Amino acid sequence: MHHLLLRSIAPLLMAAPLACVAQAQGKLLLTGGVSSIDGAAGGGLSPWALTGSYATAGQIGATAYLTRLPVQDYGFTGYGAAVAFGERAELSIARQDLSAGATGAALGLPGLRLKQTILGAKVRLGGDAVLDADTWMPQLALGVEYKHLDAGGLAPTLSALGAKRQGVDVYLSATKLFLAQSTLVNLTLRATRANQNGLLGFGGTASGSYSLVPEVSIAYLLNKQWAVGVEYRVKPDKLNPSILGDALREDDWKDVFVAWAPNKHVSLTVAYVDLGGIVPGVQPRRQRGVYGSIQFAY
Amino acid sequence: MRSARRLWRAGALALLMGVGAASIAGAADDGLYRALGGEEGIAHIVDGMIDRAYADERIKRKFDGVNPKALKESIRKQFCQLSGGPCVYDGETMAKSHAHLALDKADFNALVEDLQLAMDAQRVPFAVQNRLLALLAPMHRDIITR
Repeated sequence: MHHLLLRSIAPLLMAAPLACVAQAQGKLLLTGGVSSIDGAAGGGLSPWALTGSYATAGQIGATAYLTRLPVQDYGFTGYGAAVAFGERAELSIARQDLSAGATGAALGLPGLRLKQTILGAKVRLGGDAVLDADTWMPQLALGVEYKHLDAGGLAPTLSALGAKRQGVDVYLSATKLFLAQSTLVNLTLRATRANQNGLLGFGGTASGSYSLVPEVSIAYLLNKQWAVGVEYRVKPDKLNPSILGDALREDDWKDVFVAWAPNKHVSLTVAYVDLGGIVPGVQPRRQRGVYGSIQFAY
Repeated sequence: MRSARRLWRAGALALLMGVGAASIAGAADDGLYRALGGEEGIAHIVDGMIDRAYADERIKRKFDGVNPKALKESIRKQFCQLSGGPCVYDGETMAKSHAHLALDKADFNALVEDLQLAMDAQRVPFAVQNRLLALLAPMHRDIITR
């Protein structure tokens, strides 16, 4: 079975470098980031100021990804695509699907799946994350994520909690590769009302206003193809308190990751992710798991 | 009063220019120069980079009419000085020598990749490669004109 899989993938991986000559391939390997779970280019959890794909000025590039993150009591699947216009602008679309497992059953909703569609747009305001090696100036980008949640059977509960079904996140990212140290640092500031990134709606009765939360990624480049790093995403906690007390308290997200880009057409990211509590009132365990993501670039 | 302020400003400007000149001149010591293999190592790296560039479909046309030997000699001196070696680069500025080529970022990055491959062939460790690239990268502002 594995032998067959390898035989079918191997020609793709080997043919890719030949196809590269004709494509929009103007950026250095790994400098398009990977696909974050909201669809924008960056790390796994957060959008960065880098634009996706390998398109640089005068080129148009596209990426598509599939991500799986099974944790103890839930299963997360994400997939989407993005288009980059040079290194100036990026548009993305993403779908997220969280299967609620036993928690759904406990809430009287067996088989509950929370599904979200995210439309993203990002504009690079200035700076060059890689080439501005003689200044402290980072690459800066402003982004917007319009999120629409299909809560299935949970919709009435979210209404009762005062959580809306759609919301908009706005973020500012600053990304810099400290070349002489082979280290990339990203800081994202996100204005959001999303509960669990939007999977539990937006805002709540007790707290309907926007929060400004920071997200940090640090990556070390081992060589042209491999990078390792960590991410930390502070989360707002707008459904705590709620009419259910602190049952919907949420935690920050964090991970440790490894990314591999064998060529400019495919990259693989594996991470160990800690999502903290998800509906801890029903399921108190910290949700941790191994994240796998594959991205194709054209 | 006004002349004192002017004196301070002139002094601050001179200090900044001195610092700027020092960073443009490259590494304060010759650690990077030695890590790149000294005169011989840099010669191999530059030869490898230019040989690859002349064969690189993406950018080879940009080198039409340019004498590769003279180009290699010029770049060798530049890399030597930049990395803290005992050379003085007395060639043309980056702006003047590249202005007529209408280079874009893809062209610039293509040459960077050829340089990376040349350093890979010389077994220069990745972290050391990036130290050299960090000194070269700011030149993109004078080299990219499109």
